[in-house]
Amino acid sequence: MDLFLNQILAGIATGAIYACMALAVVMIYQAIDHLNFAQGEMAMFSTFVAWQLMQWGVPYWGAFVLTLAFSFAGGVIIERVLFKPLGNAPVLTHVAGFIALFAIINSVAGLTWDFTIKQFPSPFGSSPFLGSQLISTHQAGMIGVTIVLLILLFLFFQYTRIGLAMRAAASQPESARLVGINTSWMIALGWGMAAAIGSIAGMLIAPVVFLEPNMMGGVLIYGFAAAVLGGLSSPFGAVVGGFLVGVFENLAGTYIPGVGNELKLPIALALIVTVLVVKPTGLFGRTIVKRV
Amino acid sequence: MSALQEVVNDTQPVETTPKKYMALGTTASVVVVLLLCLAPLIAKNFVIFQMTMVLIYAIAVLALNILTGGSGQFSLGQSAFYAVGAYSSAILMENFGVNYALTLPISGAICFLCGYLFGLPALRLSGIYLALATFALATAMPQLLKLHYFEHWTGGVQGLVITKPDAPFGLPMSQDMWLYYFVLVVSMVIYVASVNLLKSRSGRAMMAIRDNEIAASAMGVDVARYKTLAFGVSAGITGVAGGLGAIAVQFVAPDSYTIQLAIALFLGMVVGGVGWLPGSIVGAAFIVFVPNIAEEFSKGLSGAVFGVILVLIIFLLPHGSRQIAYTVQNWVHKLGRRG
Amino acid sequence: MTAMLNVRDLRAYYGQVQALHGLEFELHEGSLTTLLGANGAGKTTTLRAICNMVRSTGSIQFEGKTINKSSTESIVKLGIAHVPQGRGTFTTMTVEENLQLGAMTRKDTKAIASDIERMYAHFPVLKQRHTQQAGTLSGGEQQMLAVARALMLRPRLMLLDEPSFGLAPLIVRDLFKILGKINREDKVTILVVEQNAQLALELADKAYVIETGRIVMSGNATEIANNEDVRKSYLGY
Repeated sequence: MDLFLNQILAGIATGAIYACMALAVVMIYQAIDHLNFAQGEMAMFSTFVAWQLMQWGVPYWGAFVLTLAFSFAGGVIIERVLFKPLGNAPVLTHVAGFIALFAIINSVAGLTWDFTIKQFPSPFGSSPFLGSQLISTHQAGMIGVTIVLLILLFLFFQYTRIGLAMRAAASQPESARLVGINTSWMIALGWGMAAAIGSIAGMLIAPVVFLEPNMMGGVLIYGFAAAVLGGLSSPFGAVVGGFLVGVFENLAGTYIPGVGNELKLPIALALIVTVLVVKPTGLFGRTIVKRV
Repeated sequence: MSALQEVVNDTQPVETTPKKYMALGTTASVVVVLLLCLAPLIAKNFVIFQMTMVLIYAIAVLALNILTGGSGQFSLGQSAFYAVGAYSSAILMENFGVNYALTLPISGAICFLCGYLFGLPALRLSGIYLALATFALATAMPQLLKLHYFEHWTGGVQGLVITKPDAPFGLPMSQDMWLYYFVLVVSMVIYVASVNLLKSRSGRAMMAIRDNEIAASAMGVDVARYKTLAFGVSAGITGVAGGLGAIAVQFVAPDSYTIQLAIALFLGMVVGGVGWLPGSIVGAAFIVFVPNIAEEFSKGLSGAVFGVILVLIIFLLPHGSRQIAYTVQNWVHKLGRRG
Repeated sequence: MTAMLNVRDLRAYYGQVQALHGLEFELHEGSLTTLLGANGAGKTTTLRAICNMVRSTGSIQFEGKTINKSSTESIVKLGIAHVPQGRGTFTTMTVEENLQLGAMTRKDTKAIASDIERMYAHFPVLKQRHTQQAGTLSGGEQQMLAVARALMLRPRLMLLDEPSFGLAPLIVRDLFKILGKINREDKVTILVVEQNAQLALELADKAYVIETGRIVMSGNATEIANNEDVRKSYLGY
């Protein structure tokens, strides 16, 4: 029983990573209706920028804020330069665009900072949290940050005019234009915000998985899975999904015989697919009634 | 709108060439086939091998085109079926001594069954969710192949080595050249069969589903049956490609069939033109040659160069190589009217 | 008196297909004009062209300013509210959020709040349902919401695309009464596109008849209503 509880706790701790990434995934999905396959790489790049700033002697929180601003601007620029011109190209062409972006960012980061792993500091330290060996202060801090981020996003979308405009632009672009919303800039704003959230995820994840150009590969997959599990239309669902995936993965690794580290991912994904087969819009997703 | 819906609406109809362009299409096909037949006579062995791989990937891209362009379903799991096909052929050849040519239909049949069975639960999923499910399949496959339960057959992490077949009847050609012509014949048979499938009753049913699932079911199309059938056919063809790939590379190992292969096939489809079967070979050439070109351009930045080339292609040709075909068609048509 | 909206030689295209062939008409400030025509005559296209939602050539002037090249958003900001066909409801948002979205171009928060109250007075049913998801409203209620949302802009000109579509006759009468009131009391110039010619002609003071992308008749609503051809084709008696 103790083992079981411990595994759940450990699952929640890793789940915080996925939750954070899933939040960024949902953010951009809301804005542009696509999953951004390059999101992990964008987050990785932002984290390297933060690292570089600290190497140059900028204190942690200074680097944190600068990176946030850099990422926001970067997200907006990528949208303006790369995806706005693609405009009405088929969805699958957009996906190819994401893959191209992935390759470019990964390669440039590799050339600039090479592929050796780097230590990334945590603002919360890494001592045991409340005396537990399974969860460190960093992981607890990460859970805290994720929840704060979620609340902030909720407030932004629910209670600000610009948040309302962004929701409108995403759900009914044509009607949104007819009430005078500049939908094109709302999309760019969505990219910027998603990139900024992604950079927070990256900076929180880096102390756990170490900093290197390929650090986000696995994390992004779990982030996608979490977002899809929770329902792509719900930031709350994404966070819950993140924690669930973390717990799933740990329990599968512990209790299903023959599951080493290698099979954890497929098993977690299989479970998610099973959930989706039963509830195709995810756990907290909104069912959209289609009129024919 | 669900993502699938978008995929569906974006994909253009397969094979809707008007009659007056038929002659042009036929001429182009004959020229391409002639070139493919004659090329090995002047090329070096390594180039012949690369061209063989182009043909093999073209078959796999074609299979994905049938699924996405034909029935509007999207899969990131093609690498899994490719792997099953490759391993089936390898095991049959090495453990049971089956002739390489005979392994192909068996691999195809095994993959058809796998695809069909996978298609059943996939019926409930669409768009992004289907992408995730197939993605799960793709990531699971290398791990499954490594499992020690199957190690006796699969060779575990080490994989299996396959002997390359010689040219039969004492034909005076190298192994590479023989294999090239063998693959060429197989791919042409599959291409012709696929074109006919999409023109058939079943093909029309699949396309009706792609364009409007609800309307199709209202017209009496058995949606579930044709969607799973499309999955099965696509997986089966991919399996044949996998088998050929194993024979050509002379080696199968779990890590040759990762998600990267699935992504490559996907890119091949986009570059070739989604739903346009002749584009498959263009897409396959992209998969085989562009990474090499990028590598030659700059070792350190090969990923970035590859990405930039890809971006340029989708900017200039958002509908892939079919866009070039249409442009040429219009151009020839205009010339024809003027003359 | 110069026209508030002046449309000259308007041609609109969907891809290669031309839908409007040199349309000309004008709206005077404070008028309530109706645009009549059969299915496919180009009524919706005309409204969409005014808001630059379809490719068009020709000239469209709003209060002396050419607006052809402006984006939809900036045309809306000039005070042109467009209630599209199918009502354009933000289905996943609440009724109140829909109204707030209508006032997106305005900055006067206090006036917006009081305008929302005014809308609730105009349309009591919206008040009852103000926290409900707009997509769950009935067709008639959604149409009320669409009109209310358009009014939140404090428009100078309001374009309505078949407001009667899919509504029960009694509800249509109510709606048209409200439109008349808005026109008289709030001094909003209105252009309404309708297939329900009888009601539209009762309400309007000026009418245009459009056929295959051209204006074929124009005049006072009563004149048009008494015209033999119009009676036969659109009024059915």
